[in-house]
Order: sequence, then C-alpha cells, then structure tokens
Amino acid sequence: MSRRAGSTLALGALAAVHLAALAAGFLAPYDPTEQNRSLPYAPPARLRFVDAGGTFHLRPFVYPMAEQGPGSGVYGDDRRQAYPVHFLVPGAPYRFAGLLRGRVHLFGVDEPGRILLLGTDGFGRDQLSRLLHGAQISLFAGLTATTLALGVGWLLGTLSGFYGGWVDAALMRGSELFLALPWLYLLFAVRAVLPLSIPPERAFLLLVLVIGLVDWARPARLVRGVVLSARERNYVLAARGFGASDVYLIRRHIAPQTFGLLLTQAALLVPQYILAEVTLSFLGLGVSEPVPSWGNMLADLQHYHVLESCWWMWAPGLVLVPVFLAYYALSEALDRAGPA
Amino acid sequence: MRGLWVVAVALASPVLAQGRSPSAELLLSESEAGRPGGRLVFALRSEPKTLNPVTAVDIPSREVIGRLMADLVHIDRQTQQTAPALAKSWRVSSDGRHYTLELRRGLRFSDGHPFDADDVVFSFGCYLDERNGSPQRDLLIVGGKPIVVRKLDAHRVTVDLEQPFAAAERLFDSNSMLPRHLLEKAQQEGRLAQAWGLGAAPADMAGLGPFRLKSYVPGDRLVLERNPHYWKVDRAGRPLPYLDEIVFLLVPSEDAQVVRFKAGETDLISRLSAANFAALARDPAAGRYRLEDLGPGLEYSFLFFNLNDLRGRLEAVSRKQAWFRQTAFRQAVSAVLDRDGIVRLVYQGRATSLATHVTPGNKLWVNRALPPPVRSLARARDLLARAGFSWSGEGALTDGGGTPVEFTIVTNAANASRVQMATVVQDDLRQLGMRVQLVPLENRALLDRVLQSHDYDAALMALASGDVDPTSEMNVWISSGPTHLWRLGASAPSAPGEKEIDELMRRQAVTLDPRERKRLYDRVQELVADNLPLIPLVSPNVLVGARPGLGNFRPAILDPYVLWNADELFWRP
Repeated sequence: MSRRAGSTLALGALAAVHLAALAAGFLAPYDPTEQNRSLPYAPPARLRFVDAGGTFHLRPFVYPMAEQGPGSGVYGDDRRQAYPVHFLVPGAPYRFAGLLRGRVHLFGVDEPGRILLLGTDGFGRDQLSRLLHGAQISLFAGLTATTLALGVGWLLGTLSGFYGGWVDAALMRGSELFLALPWLYLLFAVRAVLPLSIPPERAFLLLVLVIGLVDWARPARLVRGVVLSARERNYVLAARGFGASDVYLIRRHIAPQTFGLLLTQAALLVPQYILAEVTLSFLGLGVSEPVPSWGNMLADLQHYHVLESCWWMWAPGLVLVPVFLAYYALSEALDRAGPA
Repeated sequence: MRGLWVVAVALASPVLAQGRSPSAELLLSESEAGRPGGRLVFALRSEPKTLNPVTAVDIPSREVIGRLMADLVHIDRQTQQTAPALAKSWRVSSDGRHYTLELRRGLRFSDGHPFDADDVVFSFGCYLDERNGSPQRDLLIVGGKPIVVRKLDAHRVTVDLEQPFAAAERLFDSNSMLPRHLLEKAQQEGRLAQAWGLGAAPADMAGLGPFRLKSYVPGDRLVLERNPHYWKVDRAGRPLPYLDEIVFLLVPSEDAQVVRFKAGETDLISRLSAANFAALARDPAAGRYRLEDLGPGLEYSFLFFNLNDLRGRLEAVSRKQAWFRQTAFRQAVSAVLDRDGIVRLVYQGRATSLATHVTPGNKLWVNRALPPPVRSLARARDLLARAGFSWSGEGALTDGGGTPVEFTIVTNAANASRVQMATVVQDDLRQLGMRVQLVPLENRALLDRVLQSHDYDAALMALASGDVDPTSEMNVWISSGPTHLWRLGASAPSAPGEKEIDELMRRQAVTLDPRERKRLYDRVQELVADNLPLIPLVSPNVLVGARPGLGNFRPAILDPYVLWNADELFWRP
C-alpha cells in the first residue's frame, strides 16, 4: 500500500468514526443511560440466521438472554422466542448531532426483546449504545481541547517570536512554568475546587477547557521557533522596510509559515487529549455517571472480575487503538507533505 | 449486697501444661483439638500504622494487635456474648455501678514477666490518659465520667462506673492489657503514644495474646511467632496456639489479594467483595479453597440528606432543605429505591435490603416485626403529591413554588460499590422526576464536606458497628453524637422522632434488664424506619475464604472476621 493510500485510508477511517459519533443517537439502538437490572454484565448477543429448529432465515435474529441463577454472571440463550432484527425502528428519543430531535434508530428488535451486540455493563446498559454516545464526549474532547491549546499556543508563540525582547522572555518563562507543572495533579486540584452541582455537560466543557489551557506551552514554543526564523527572512525585512504594520506582517507573511506546523501538531495532539479525557474519566474526575465516555466506561476494568471475565468491557480501549493509529498516520502524512 | 457471680464455664479445673507454672489458671478451649505446627499467611490491605494498642485506629493495625494482645473480658465473635478471658470471673453490684474482676493466676506476658492487677490498673490509666489520644478513651467514659479502676489485691480489681451501664462487660473487650514493666517509663514521660511503632524491636514488646512479634520487613511482611506463655489449652491439655507462625503480607488492593489467594500464596482472605467472591467461586480450581458466605454483617449503607442547621450559610443548600426536612419527601425517596436491584447489581445477590439501620446479622437486637422495604413508585408519587409537589409536562418534579427538584449525591469515589449504588439510586430517583447529579469524591474531601463544611445536598455512605450492642450505635443516634451525620453539632433534637430516639437511646444504655432494653431498641428501629432520618439501603454479606485444610476455621460477622480465633487454628494433616 502506498503512503498516499495509507493516509487516505486513515483520513477515511477518522471521518467514519467522527460521523458515527455525531450520529450516535441514530446508530445506537438504545438510550445509553437506560438500565436493565436483570441483565448485568450480559455478554454480546450472537446475531443468528439459523434458528433452534435448524431453519435458515434471511432476516437475522437474536435470542433473548437470561442469567442462569441470579448473581451467577453466567448467561444462556432463551430459545423459545426469536426476535428478528428490523431496520429504522422507533425507539428512545435522542438528538442528532446535538440538534435535531429524532426517535428513529437504525436497527432494533421488538420489545421485550433486546439486541445487545456488544453486551451490557454492570447496570445492564447497552454497551454499543454507550460506546457510540461515549465517542461524542471522548472524540470531541480531543478536538476541542486541541483547538484551544493550539489557538492559545499559536497566539502566544507568535507574539513571543515576533516581538522578542521582554515579551519573549516573559512568555517563554511562563511556558516553562506550564511545562513543568504536573498537569494531572493540577487537574485533580481544579476538579476539587469546582462546585459539586455542575451537570455532566458543563463538567465536560470545563474538563476540555482545563486540558486545553494547561497545555499551550509546547505548541507555543514550536510556533515561536518558526516565527523567529520567519521574521528574519528577506521578504519580511523588505515588507517591514516598506512600512508594513505588525499585524499585516504576521497575517501576510508569518502566520502562513506556521500553518503546516499547526496541522501536524493537531494530528498529534488530538489523540493525546482523547487519552487525557479517558485518563481523567478513568480516575473518576471527568464526565460523571450516567453519561458515558470512553474513559468512564473503561473505569469498570479497574475491577479484577470485570477485567478477567467480561472481555466486551474492553471495547472502548480496543476502539482507541485504531483511532490513535489513524491520527498518527495522518500526522506523519502531514509532516511529510508540509514545508521542510 | 446482692451480687451476681459469673463463673467461667471453661474453667472446670486448672490444667497443667508445659512451660507454665503448675498453678497457672488456664482457660480450656472447647474447640476441636488440633495439631501443633505450621504457619498461616494472611494479607493485609495496607501496612499497619502502629503496633501500639493504645493508639491503633486502622483495621490492619488492629488485626495484628489483636493477635499480640488479650483483654480481660472478651466478646466471643461467634456467640456475640461476653466470655471470660484474662479475668476468669466477675461480679457486678446490685446497682450496676461496681464490677469486681478476678484475674487468672500465674499468667505471664510473652517475655515471661508475670501479669497481675498492677498491669490492669496501668493499662486503663494509659487508655484514659488524654495525652495518649486513645480512641478507646470515649468508650471508657460512662455517664460523663471516666471509669475508675482500682487494685484490690494482686489478682482482683474493681471498676467503678458513674452510672449503671448496660453494656459494661463489653467495655473490656479489645482493651488490651499492657505490660507495665515495659511501658511505664514511656507513660510517665508522656511518650506512650509514640511507643511500639512499626519499627519496635521484638524484645521491647510483650503481650498476653497467642502470638508475639518476630520480625518486620517494611513494606513487605510482618511475622508473628507462637507465644509459649499463652493462657489457653485445648481439650487434650495441649497448649495453644497450634500455629508456629502467622505471616502478615502487605498486599495493597483487594484484587491483588484475590490473585495471591488464588495462587496459593495466602491461606485466608476476608473482606471479599461479592464480585470477587463470585469470580473465585466460578474458578475451575475452586476446590482448592473453601469460600464462606456468612450472611449479612453489621455494615449498613444509607442515603441521607443534609439536615444540618446552616444558619444562613450555604444559601443553595438551605433552600433545598425545605424538601429534605419533609418526612414525606424522604419516605417517597425511600419508597422508590430499588434495594433489591442494588442487592442484585452491586452485590450479586450477596446482601440484604434494609428497612432500618440494624442488620439481620445482628441476631440479638434486630427488630423482626418491621416489614422489609417494599418498592412502590405509586406510593412515592402519592406521598409527593400530597406534600404539594407536582410534575411538569416533561415529567420533572417541582415543589409547590415551581422550583424543579434537583440535588447532588456525594459518595466515596474509591469505593466502587458505593458509586454503583449511587448510580442505581440516581436512576431510581429519575423515575420520580428528580434530577440528581452524582459526585464521587475522594474520601477526605467527602468527609470534609459531611463532617466540617456541611456543603452537600445528600450523601451515600455506610457505617459498620464494631459490636452488636446498641450502645455501639450511641454516637450515631444521639442527636449530639459525633456520628449523627445528617445533623451534626446539634444541641437539641429538632424533628419529633429525633427527640424520642434520643430518649430511648439514653434509656436503653442505663437499663439493665435485657428484655426491656430490647423493647426500647425495637422502638428506635421503628422510628428510624418511619421517619427515615437516614434512608437505609442494604447490608452486604461478610464473605471470606480459606484453604480447606485449616482446622477450627469459624469465621464470624464481628471484626476480625477470620482471625478472631487464631489461637485455635491448625493445619490438618
């Protein structure tokens, strides 16, 4: 596979994942917070075409699951009744991409049957629905935090590199301070002083804000380096000689030099921030119950018995790997394509 | 003076045993006679903070100290009744204020030094000395005055109480007798609280327990060896304990403990979570260990609302208190909670739904006339509607003034079961139209909010009594008690039920007739179930495990669940 094909594939995969997250309400068969207390830690249901009598069906179906003895954690199929899969079925209300209200889901089965393609968590909540809805939080935390960090970093880096002198000294010493901060502990501290009663959505925003604002130092230093060399270029000196203003110089001649760097940085930072959200939620500092995020879904794996016997609970972790690989492939492609 | 002599059943006749003076009055164990030898490995969740019985608070410290030390009168963990220990018998005066205890003669500390009444007087002096900050001190203050311990002769002491105290015999449990010859200097110099830290040399320590300190490797293990001067013998006349050594390994998490137990590196495991218990039971090699579900213990988890007197502080919380203070509101919350769901999801069925704070594990004191809690959404809605609440078009609950009912529940983030329980509670309350935020907090932050700043709406916590007797619950139920979590620092009871609970608790503590006490405490439980100052949720079962060859393994629901009879444990061939 050529490098070009590789990066196209990466881009395509990322686009698909983000679209799936946007359309989570439609793709997910259930409300991600709906508990089903008779089905804790149920394993993924098998999609079947051949029924217990050996007859082949063109329309796939599932058998309902039942726990064999309460508390046993062992599930078996109840083969008395099959639930065929239907497409575009009405179900729990949701908002498409956070805006449009909808009730139609891509697929589902008739009540009281349940289609649990990725099993359930400890409260009997559909893991697939949670994975899709959790992607909204985790992926967009990555994107938003990256935008914030790069925005602040670009502004301060440009100012620092362009003006030099005491501005440079002050900003760069500041950035060193931020680089030296143990950010995890800082986030712990920030979370601790926040008021208790912040709803999950606002907690998410704050989380993103904190992650983004703390981490401006690294991009700022990189941008400063580029700006430092750019401002000494002959055409910049010439423009300055013709009386161009600082704003004009930055806009016209300096900023374009930094864009390649920003893109490459973005592709590197997004997965890093997705991981930051996952880490924080894993530690219970991020998005709170019942709203799913990949981090708080993975937090269940802190328990030995889940880690050992509920492999489907690893799903968010398994999804993270290809997403990260795609982002890194993209960053590499950008790096090569960018100005040397 | 009319008096009652309680004489040790076990003390049929003095028994001769090797290594002891022939006249020693030893206690005869009724348990199965075992085989001497072998070692037992047990994992502690964290490193003990100290080996000093006067200052120890944490569970690991107490787990170790309990094997090194002995008390005058002991609560038998299995029968939950008091039994003779270092005191072979005792007599109580008719007014219930004076106890005379008769000590066993000829006993020696683990370093060979004789034990007598001077050690007893010295020990209680240490526990009562304010400089030492002993957690036992509060318990030894009866009717506002410290108990007075006096020596009558070398083997008899009297204990005087300010007022009659129903659970007086139980006071002696876990107050370890200290060796005066080793600690007197430290006590005189006010350094006793610093003595016997983890680094103490085995030669500087001595106790009357079945084992004595052998070695300690920081961060790794603590080894105890058999005390040759121990004061119990088995039915065959052989000296106890049987085991040569107990090794305490430091294994910091429950999951890691399970892995070590599964691998055969430890012989006993206690405080198992239901999930790990189930995982162990499912293990194909389950025959290699014996798992026991002891049924409900004494721990009760509960939800409570902030009923503190905020006096104009914390505007947002005090506005919500208008709801919280209504009994009907709390009853509605209680009625909608799916306790059986909690039992199933959080404890895999190994827990019991509670209507009141006394668990069915407390067989002597639980009020069996109370009906088990029944979940009813209809009743909850009815209670709220009659209290003036209503529902908006979208199903959100609003109070009479049109304010939507929204509040937060704080709980301990490090305790997975609590967080899970709170998640179930949150979902249940959503069905009533209450919008509830769940905020898991680091434990210190949680305690700070609940105990100090009172800046919270509702909290989900658990308490576990150290003993079955109602007096161990006094600190929770007396309205001025330090663990009266929902309304702290109150000078007087506010709610009507609260006043009656106060009176009942005070009365039961000084009532000497057990039947009358039971009647009083039954009424307390009724009041708690009706008025719900706290909303009881569930009581988890005590789950433990051991290697199958361990003889006399009789775990109990009183702390320490598995090691309480370490002196009788032995390995079958």
